[in-house]
Amino acid sequence: MPLLELQNVCVQFGGLRAVSDFNFTLDQGELVGLIGPNGAGKTTAFNVTTGVYRPSAGTVRLAGQSIAGQKTFKINRAGIARTFQNVRLFANMSVLDNVLVGFNKSLTQSLTSTILRAPIHQREDRQFEDQAIELLQTMNLADKAYAAAGSLPYGDQRRLEIARALATRPKILLLDEPAAGMNPREKAELMQLIRFIRDQFQVGIWLIEHDMKLVMTICERITVLDHGEIIAVGTPAKVQSDPAVIEAYLGEPA
Amino acid sequence: MPLLAKANQIDSVPRTPAWMLNLFWLALILACYPINRLLEANLNDYLYLVLTRICLNIVLATSLNLINGITGQFSLGHAGFMAVGAYTCGTFLQHYVGVGWNPIAAALLFVIVGGLLAAVAGLIVGVPALRLRGDYLAIATLGFGEIIYIVIRSTESIGPFKIGSAAGLDGIPKVTTFFWAATAAIITVVCVWRLAYSAKGKAFAAIREDEVAAAAMGINTTFYKVTAFVIGAFFAGVAGGLYGALDQTIDPEQFRFTRSIEIVALVVLGGTGSITGVVLAAIVLMILSEALRDLKGVTHVDLRLIVYALLLIITMLLRPQGLMGAKEIFRSRRKRNLSQPAPAA
Repeated sequence: MPLLELQNVCVQFGGLRAVSDFNFTLDQGELVGLIGPNGAGKTTAFNVTTGVYRPSAGTVRLAGQSIAGQKTFKINRAGIARTFQNVRLFANMSVLDNVLVGFNKSLTQSLTSTILRAPIHQREDRQFEDQAIELLQTMNLADKAYAAAGSLPYGDQRRLEIARALATRPKILLLDEPAAGMNPREKAELMQLIRFIRDQFQVGIWLIEHDMKLVMTICERITVLDHGEIIAVGTPAKVQSDPAVIEAYLGEPA
Repeated sequence: MPLLAKANQIDSVPRTPAWMLNLFWLALILACYPINRLLEANLNDYLYLVLTRICLNIVLATSLNLINGITGQFSLGHAGFMAVGAYTCGTFLQHYVGVGWNPIAAALLFVIVGGLLAAVAGLIVGVPALRLRGDYLAIATLGFGEIIYIVIRSTESIGPFKIGSAAGLDGIPKVTTFFWAATAAIITVVCVWRLAYSAKGKAFAAIREDEVAAAAMGINTTFYKVTAFVIGAFFAGVAGGLYGALDQTIDPEQFRFTRSIEIVALVVLGGTGSITGVVLAAIVLMILSEALRDLKGVTHVDLRLIVYALLLIITMLLRPQGLMGAKEIFRSRRKRNLSQPAPAA
């Protein structure tokens, strides 16, 4: 049984089929890419997996349990975390507080114990602040822990978004164009980081990316979407030489 | 399996134990009792009243700050919550003190009951309001406030309890002193502060910053938004009850939307989300408002709302983030020294 499984998923907005008959599996420790031209439905596939949209048809299962149409926060708590195509940090909050929000589901204290500063509040706040700092150290962001998240350079913001997602202890991590807006050096570092995260945190990573070099280098498997439909699945070498993929990206041969 | 391999040693900061902090706030509340005696003996009635009202304004502004400033849910219904507390407390107090209850004990009970009923109103508003954002939420909460106003205005009594319809409710026993008001202010500020500056309470601000991202990070946004409304409404209700037991008379006109807007003005002027900034604004605007009262004797026109509006406009032009922005005047969180080299990623 795969950890994450999408079967015949369709997402329809009125008369528009954003995604149709989408099939996909992802296991722990896998690193899988999702590519396709603009408007192909890649982010829609992420949104339907994370509960932003309810599928019009089909099933989404996490470890065998159906999660289709559940609330976003419940799906996150079940083990799927994501980053966003346009970075969506809590811009006016500190870097440390951004990560602390990710630990929210791990907190067992009630709001009453928070207000009364009960022993459990002190223990947990201390413990998770330590963990948040450890996480920031791993992501090389610890020296900026008290800076406002919105003030970070773009590459750091992207890494912070990943750190925040990891704080929710996901089994599956969805990265929506993590390299967008990064320079070549940052992209090279990002590739290392993605592999490191996969190994260190034992997560399955599903990644949307337009940078073909990055996708082809790190992904073990790639799904190609065009006009909401899967046109190719396979290893980087296989999809690269697939005529349908070449046509989708470059147009029909003259 | 641990989240991470053990990272480098983390710089630790000594913290004041919680029991000491709790003891400090308790001591401060108790200290307000002799301070109250001192003020009663040495201050003229007018200044004493102004100080008491400042404390109640702090309660109102801080509780609204939790909803509007910290959680980012624009509410225009705060006067409505206040009215629920004021009328609940006022009518019970009048009735039961009339049949011989001890006024102090009755006031303590009914102020809390008024707060709880306001909290129920907060729950009733909060749940449907969750579907609304920004302007729509503001309009819906405004409508709620007007409903409360109209219901009160057209109700003469409920059973043996007098509401007084448009004429208002008078003859409420005078119980509220500076001590009561200051106690409420301290409890409100400490409560909201502790919520805002804790790992769990970061969820409120996360919802303000980006609701979609907050939900994607596992935050139950519904729960936190309703909680903000319920806690905010509770303290507004408490303030309302204390107002009634201070003025001894309440009427529905006091709780119309202009009142809500006055409280919103405090939050915006203080700096949306800044607890100390909003407390500061509550103090400054109260003093200003009293100073303008004297002006009325000269101009024969009530200039207060005009000045309020002008102040809002000027602040929005010169300092759109409010007096303090999102910052606090002081903040107890000690930053750790994290400049040591991090492990290679």
